[in-house]
Amino acid sequence: MNVQTFNARVATPTTRLVGAMAIASMAWVVLGGLFVTPKDVDQGDAVRIMYVHVPTAWVAYLAFIVTAVASACWLLSRKHSMGFDRVAGASAEVGVIFMAMTLLSGSLWGRITWGAFWAWDPRLTTTAFLLVTYIGYLAVRGLGGSLEQRARRSAVIALLAVLEIPLVHFSVLLWRSLHQNASVLSGDGDIKMDGSMLTTLLVGVIGFTCTFAWLVMHRQRVLAMQDAMEMTQLDAALRERANESSRLK
Amino acid sequence: MDHLGFIAAVYGSTFVVIVALVVRTVAQGRALASKVADKDKPWT
Repeated sequence: MNVQTFNARVATPTTRLVGAMAIASMAWVVLGGLFVTPKDVDQGDAVRIMYVHVPTAWVAYLAFIVTAVASACWLLSRKHSMGFDRVAGASAEVGVIFMAMTLLSGSLWGRITWGAFWAWDPRLTTTAFLLVTYIGYLAVRGLGGSLEQRARRSAVIALLAVLEIPLVHFSVLLWRSLHQNASVLSGDGDIKMDGSMLTTLLVGVIGFTCTFAWLVMHRQRVLAMQDAMEMTQLDAALRERANESSRLK
Repeated sequence: MDHLGFIAAVYGSTFVVIVALVVRTVAQGRALASKVADKDKPWT
């Protein structure tokens, strides 16, 4: 007799390790960002927002790139493994939330430095457009159809949507913008930042990246279980229908 | 600290959202894991 077991565990040693790294890094960001790092010469204490704002923006970019890569893997692989599609979906969900957090923190930072919560500036406008695009991507994922149909149409959208990221990143160079240029990835290799500020920023990037990895790993497992339940329910409904029709005969 | 309200709002909103997301993900995972057979959970 085939006995089914139901283990309620979703975490694994890998996710626990990544989670612990995320918590340790986040604790550093809060302590370092609020109490250890010095004020900026121009911005004063407002620069402390950078330790949260930059890593959330980085994670949003990373999430949408992961969505595109996983989507390409789904389209190009022979077996069309649904695991790729679920990673794409999970990553986009996390990316949308981090992109919204980036806009919120940027808006509050803008109120201090520019005197306004929002300006129709190239960086802000393209970022908002990117957010709306990925909300649309998630809406398309929610449409009906088979798992393969969902994977195919969302993969095509993901591969088109990711092309917006260079536009957002280079918008400050392409157009006149209120938003400052890149401080760390400036290209000339000369980072004009205090050592403790740079360290806290890099720890923040690592911590938020670990948080993203943890969320995507768990979320894609949730999506896998939702898909499995849907298939089980579908199988049960088909069996019931078959039994019903055989009884009528 | 200057602009304390804005800085607290940024840190507070960011970490509250992350914690809420983590709690929701764990809760959803546990609820589903008790209903889905282990054969459909390759990580178990």
